[in-house]
Amino acid sequence: MAEVLLSGINKYYDGNVHAVKDVNLHIRDKEFMVFVGPSGCGKTTTLRMIAGLEEISSGEIRIGDRVVNDLPPMDRDIAMVFQNYALYPHKSVYDNMAFGLQMRKFKKVEIDKRVQAAAEILGIQSLLARKPRQLSGGQRQRVALGRAIVRHPQLFLFDEPLSNLDAKLRVQMRVEIKRLHDRLETTAVYVTHDQVEAMTLGDRVVVMKDGLVQQVGEPMELYGKPANKFVAGFIGSPAMNFLDVSVADAAGSLWAEAPGFRVKVPPEHRERLRAYAGKRATLGVRPESLRLANGSDPDEYTFGSTIDVVEPLGSEILLDVRVGEASMVARVEPGVRVKMHESVRLVLDPGRVHFFDGANEAAI
Amino acid sequence: MVIERRWKKWFYFYIPLTVFILFTLFPFYWMAVTAFRPDPELYRSWRVANATPFWTLEPTLEHFKGLLDSTAFLQWLWNTMLIAMVSTLISLICGMFAGYALARLKFKGSEFLGTAIFITYLVPQTLLFIPLADIIRNMHLGNTPWALMLTYPTFLIPFCTWLLMGYFKTIPKELEECARIDGATRFGAMVRIIFPVAVPGILSAGIFAFTLSWNEFIYALVFLSSVEQKTVPVGVVSELIRGDIFFWGQLMAGALLGSVPVALVYSFFVEYYVAGLTGSVKG
Repeated sequence: MAEVLLSGINKYYDGNVHAVKDVNLHIRDKEFMVFVGPSGCGKTTTLRMIAGLEEISSGEIRIGDRVVNDLPPMDRDIAMVFQNYALYPHKSVYDNMAFGLQMRKFKKVEIDKRVQAAAEILGIQSLLARKPRQLSGGQRQRVALGRAIVRHPQLFLFDEPLSNLDAKLRVQMRVEIKRLHDRLETTAVYVTHDQVEAMTLGDRVVVMKDGLVQQVGEPMELYGKPANKFVAGFIGSPAMNFLDVSVADAAGSLWAEAPGFRVKVPPEHRERLRAYAGKRATLGVRPESLRLANGSDPDEYTFGSTIDVVEPLGSEILLDVRVGEASMVARVEPGVRVKMHESVRLVLDPGRVHFFDGANEAAI
Repeated sequence: MVIERRWKKWFYFYIPLTVFILFTLFPFYWMAVTAFRPDPELYRSWRVANATPFWTLEPTLEHFKGLLDSTAFLQWLWNTMLIAMVSTLISLICGMFAGYALARLKFKGSEFLGTAIFITYLVPQTLLFIPLADIIRNMHLGNTPWALMLTYPTFLIPFCTWLLMGYFKTIPKELEECARIDGATRFGAMVRIIFPVAVPGILSAGIFAFTLSWNEFIYALVFLSSVEQKTVPVGVVSELIRGDIFFWGQLMAGALLGSVPVALVYSFFVEYYVAGLTGSVKG
């Protein structure tokens, strides 16, 4: 039961490395907030500042109604799950989970009740007597989760908890964490570098880069309306295609032009793009917004390309194509029959084209 | 699949290993044989007929009896044990805290301090005993066990600190971060989580420190003078070499008995000891 407020948070290391730059965030009560970004973007540092493991250079962090800047981690009423699980190797699973309660002087009966309840939620009742080294990776992660939930904290912090698991287990644990959050209704902050995890888990997602928050929003909002080229390229897999174009004003309409590529600027972008006439911009289009053109498609949204590589994935086919000097990826129906080096015409969905400023990369 | 030739394994592995083991163990064997060899055999030339320099045909316990009857050997053994245990304990406690601080706390000059501690370890005892003798005299500790209990830590603490610092660095720092979030103070996390996890490292530091103080010679020779205060290494040498007469049998009996406790300590903790030196902690 707590909201978290970060105002003007900065972190400097050794006086000059500026790791986190003026982060302002309001994490709502019961919200699942995910920090995502490439490594070194400051997401983990921000999380560690919320946890109290890292000093705050400037700014203020509130958890609930308390300013926690100067509170030690133990007094912040939080629980954290680490990437390497950080289970106490000399303690049994039961004692690992009970440790936080023992430190807080809970009665034995209450500790037992809570540990058993948490073990039941996570399906690890049969492992309670074991030592961490006798557990598999997935089981260890469950114990780490159990250790966090027995405390009934105000806030859960997750630091890339699934990164050490294999792909299949990661998907399974992802679902479990989501279910757990739904059941416990505790505010959670989750750090990951995996955009799929961010999209699937987060109520809202914070995209960070170089210590700066790039965009905060619900997953589909980030996907559909990225604030800048970085967010557009980071969210979604395969990544959005970018094409450097020059904007040309011809016969009353605007055209985006690149070598071997000329499409009309869709009507909803026309007004905002008029200022760019004669200048450079970046056109972004997601692979799924491209398909093979047929006769009925309007000419002004089609362009020619040569297929470089065909990647059949079963449910879909990815086509790596060359468009003039640039390359793009198109995601097409599995039934399509094409061969490498074949020339095809592609059509883009005019409703799902993005434009970014050529210089500052912000969405236009 | 590559099948290694058998002679290669013998040539590169078994033969060198055998030579190495023989070379290492021979002094111990010589010590044991001499301790059980009767005097007539001991002082007989190897060149006489029927000489058996490498074994004995009439093993005897008379050297052990002589050692226990004619010297204060049991008293020395007790002295050595007490001094080694107390100085090991002091060094271990200091080394644990100092090692933790150097491994984990960021403070100004921590690196310099680490290096400085290491350098003190490098100063040879043969130089250090001169100023130490002065200090011991001024504090009126000469010829008491305290002279050694307090001087041994001067080389044991740097040693323990360095060994434990290395070990603490191998323990993931998330463990204590997690403990601190779970409700422990930094000190609590250290005592409840880090120290228990570091038991193999602490034990091997302890064994090393114990052995070093058990075998120590120079300080014991300089700081202790009366017979009943002596430790085994000094007592055996000073009481069983009279003038230019070496009581080889009793000397070796004393050496043999003196090495038993150390061997026992090692054999009990050998597993921890190896883990402590290789330093691996799995979460």
